[in-house]
Amino acid sequence: MHSDPAEVKKTVRKYFMIGAALLVFTGITVAANLIHLAVPLAITVALIIATIKGSMVAAVFMHLNHEKKWIYASLMLTVVFFIVLLFVPLLTISDTIGTHISAPGAPAHAGDGAGQRD
Amino acid sequence: MNIPYTVETRPDTGLANGKLGIWLFLASEVMLFGALFSTYIILRTGAVEWPHGELSVLLGAINTVILISSSVTMVMAWASLKMNEWSKHRLYLILTFVLAGVFLVNKYFEYSEHLALGEGPWASTFLAIYFTLTGLHGLHIVGGMVVMAYFIGPGAKMAKTSPDQFTNRIEYTGLYWHFVDLVWIFLFPLLYLL
Repeated sequence: MHSDPAEVKKTVRKYFMIGAALLVFTGITVAANLIHLAVPLAITVALIIATIKGSMVAAVFMHLNHEKKWIYASLMLTVVFFIVLLFVPLLTISDTIGTHISAPGAPAHAGDGAGQRD
Repeated sequence: MNIPYTVETRPDTGLANGKLGIWLFLASEVMLFGALFSTYIILRTGAVEWPHGELSVLLGAINTVILISSSVTMVMAWASLKMNEWSKHRLYLILTFVLAGVFLVNKYFEYSEHLALGEGPWASTFLAIYFTLTGLHGLHIVGGMVVMAYFIGPGAKMAKTSPDQFTNRIEYTGLYWHFVDLVWIFLFPLLYLL
């Protein structure tokens, strides 16, 4: 990261430009929501824009575009564990997505064939 | 007793201790919010239906603009110190503090509106995860404000006695603040738009 005042002075303009870009991307996210895209496409667009915005904040405001290797190493480890945290629990329910689960002793669900007994 | 490596960098890591410390803290924060994002995904994918349009997109978008602006003012508070512009540093830090306060006021109105309609966290799975995620994020905003208030008030004395250490402290505060902004950047589309 910059420690020389002259170098910092040069980056000031960049901070404001990134701030403006983040506001523009926020506007695009809201506008994309207004045109009512299909749900999978809407999720993809919103998350891509959020990832771009997040990367800009991390790279420029948090100075990750020029940091020391110890910080990159600790963040790489965090990313690995974050991905595990995000996706491993999903595997445990991947075979039951969209199916109705009743608590033991609960009345039978209308869609479970209860009405077809006769 | 003097704490070593508050200003000068360690020869082995090339970093001041506080810098590595704040990044390790942020790594733990990633895991904390990661657990809740993971919970959100499980609840969302497992739900037969998911409410849409329950939250005010306008208020959410305004809060996004506020937090992004506060990130700019925060980084400028640090840059001003680096450029030896003390009055600009004070102005930017106070502005960041005020913007954080405005964010919380907006959140208060948003919460009040829901609670008045009986839409508390107990009302649905969506509202439960909404209040949990935004509540935890709101607590982080409060935490950031406490630290900023300290550096606007009594903590500012250090700028005279140890200016380099003070600049580092403002940088670490900024790193935390940008992280809080980053979390909101993902919360806004997930909760308000999708």
